[in-house]
Amino acid sequence: MAGIEVTALHKRYPDGTVAVDHVDLSIRDGELFVMLGPSGCGKTTTLRAVAGLERQTTGDIRIGDTLVNDLPPAERDIAMVFQFYALYPHLRTRDNLAFPLRAEGLPKAEVRARVDEAARLMRLGPLLDRRPRRLSGGEQQRVALARALVRRPRAFLMDEPLTNLDAELRADMRTEIKHLQGELGTTMVYVTHDQVEAMSLGHRIAILNKGRVEQIGTPLEVYDRPASLFCAAFIGSPPMNLIEVEVADGKLRGQGGLVLTPPPGLPRDRRLVAGVRPEALEVTEPRAERSVPARVVSAEWLGDEIIYVVDHGGRRDVRVRMPPTVRFAADAPVGLRHTGGTPAVYDVNTEELVA
Amino acid sequence: MAVSVDEAVSTRPARDRGSPARRFGGRGRSALEVTLLTVLAAVMLFPVLWMIETSIKENRDVYAIPAKFFDFKVTMDHYKDVFVASGSGRSTLSAAFLNSVVVAGASTALATVLGVPAAWAYSRFAMKAKKDQLFFILSTRFMPPVVVVIPIFLMYRQVGLIDSKLGLILIYAAFNVPFTIWMMKGFVDEVPAEYEDAAMLDGYTRLQAFWRYTLPLLLPGIAATAVFALIFSWNEFVFAIFLTSSDSVRTAPPAIAGLIGGTTVDWGLVAAASVVFALPVLVFAYLVRKHLVAGVTLGAVRR
Ligand SMILES: Nc1ncnc2c1ncn2[C@@H]1O[C@H](COP(=O)(O)OP(=O)(O)OP(=O)(O)O)[C@@H](O)[C@H]1O
Ligand SMILES: [Mg+2]
Repeated sequence: MAGIEVTALHKRYPDGTVAVDHVDLSIRDGELFVMLGPSGCGKTTTLRAVAGLERQTTGDIRIGDTLVNDLPPAERDIAMVFQFYALYPHLRTRDNLAFPLRAEGLPKAEVRARVDEAARLMRLGPLLDRRPRRLSGGEQQRVALARALVRRPRAFLMDEPLTNLDAELRADMRTEIKHLQGELGTTMVYVTHDQVEAMSLGHRIAILNKGRVEQIGTPLEVYDRPASLFCAAFIGSPPMNLIEVEVADGKLRGQGGLVLTPPPGLPRDRRLVAGVRPEALEVTEPRAERSVPARVVSAEWLGDEIIYVVDHGGRRDVRVRMPPTVRFAADAPVGLRHTGGTPAVYDVNTEELVA
Repeated sequence: MAVSVDEAVSTRPARDRGSPARRFGGRGRSALEVTLLTVLAAVMLFPVLWMIETSIKENRDVYAIPAKFFDFKVTMDHYKDVFVASGSGRSTLSAAFLNSVVVAGASTALATVLGVPAAWAYSRFAMKAKKDQLFFILSTRFMPPVVVVIPIFLMYRQVGLIDSKLGLILIYAAFNVPFTIWMMKGFVDEVPAEYEDAAMLDGYTRLQAFWRYTLPLLLPGIAATAVFALIFSWNEFVFAIFLTSSDSVRTAPPAIAGLIGGTTVDWGLVAAASVVFALPVLVFAYLVRKHLVAGVTLGAVRR
């Protein structure tokens, strides 16, 4: 087991595409580290560079204490699970699992023991004598995970391993992966563009955008204080409301009259935006105490909650999360009230968190 | 999209009757189809049939007017003549067949050994001006062989490859390599690169990964490609007649052509030799027909 250190990684493909601009990551030993970002932000490329399947243009990668820049994948002692499972179609599950061990030249008895153990961990018993073609997507993915396990590598790399599964199975597998990682204590780097997956799995999350790291933090940190406007707009569904504010009389005031408590240490003379989570707002009766006037544009009933889209302060897209018991009709005049604590505040020009 | 062999084959015979094209016409239409196909088959197959008939007729019957379709005496003498010389020992024709086997086999093997790894490289690796390189490779096939045969004749004379099996093997391989690269690149593209990635992470080198993971998955494609290359080399005539002259080197096509000419033509022998010549290709194509279907539908790997 080992931590992974990525320093100033830069990858430019021969066709000129800069897939990774500048990435620094410091992944701790035994950590479940998630890389999250929109499509094309360089997640896969970063992961493949760590695996040694892609040679970075510049930058260093260390696994444990070893500088692995020039080591071929085989010598890095890591296992990777792909979105496409890459199970060998002509081999039964048993042999698919044994394949990496045979490559190492382990004795037969040892191979058998390890395959049985991995099969037990991933509950593959009845599937051991089937070929991949006769396995369902979820089963194939379990085999692929088991295949990564048998080698007892220093780290696991996972590239969107659950994307091809349906929603229910994905949730199950997520739990399973998290449980497994906890049990084995092996470092895991998990790539996804699904924030729910990232939030529920990761000890820490790195948010990538255009080949750069926007933020690294625990799921809570990332959710509570997104480090940039990009993160603020990316995390959460619906994401934060980004409301232009001005500082006046020691308060943050939005255009529609919404008043927020300013965080300490706000810079002056800058255009500011406050990030307000939909659950930090409340739709009330019109003219309720501390509320400002607004109008319901639409409402999405999601069963356990309602997302109101309200028209306020010249914007028609302020989103508010409410319990399903509170009902307002579309177009109804309502009040809008801030109930949360101090919001995150961003500089419009630098797009970064200022306080 | 990748189509598996079973799918490609099994969906074919099941006619969907509900399709608009079949709604009117119905039986009359299919009768017309059958008639047309029968006529077409007759026209296409008649020369083959006539060749086979001629090969088992006695020479008298070959020249008979009106032509005898059915009531002739069957003889195997011509086939004997193909293989056994008039005195004793092997005939020149049988030597030519053997040459053909050697030349076609070796050139196909050479083209496959060179072309498959090249196709793999073109499919897997980023390289400068890849498209231009591939186009250049293909462009070597644009010219009809006749155009290059004279310069090649002169070059071969200089380097001493004229009238040698090696010379023919090399030139056929040179013609088959571009074809193999292009065709095999399609097959390699269909095999997900993740197989090799996974194998490399498992401790194999890139070449081992190719050898142990990708190559077995490419076998249907290789079979299909090799059959086409083999047929090209087996049938090739222009280079064979220009670049070879002695009986010990000549392949079957010029040897059979050589039977025609002179004062009398032994048509029975020509026909028998042609049948013997056509047979291996037919048998071979029949044996690998499943792979040929896979080859046409491109890729038997399900994603
Ligand atoms: N082999 C390649 N050659 C050239 N450009 C590439 C190559 N692979 C990826 N890219 C480009 O590099 C950028 C980053 O790709 P990458 O696959 O790392 O994104 P990603 O974050 O994994 O996206 P996704 O969530 O869609 O998988 C993209 O713009 C992509 O088009
Ligand atoms: Mg990706």
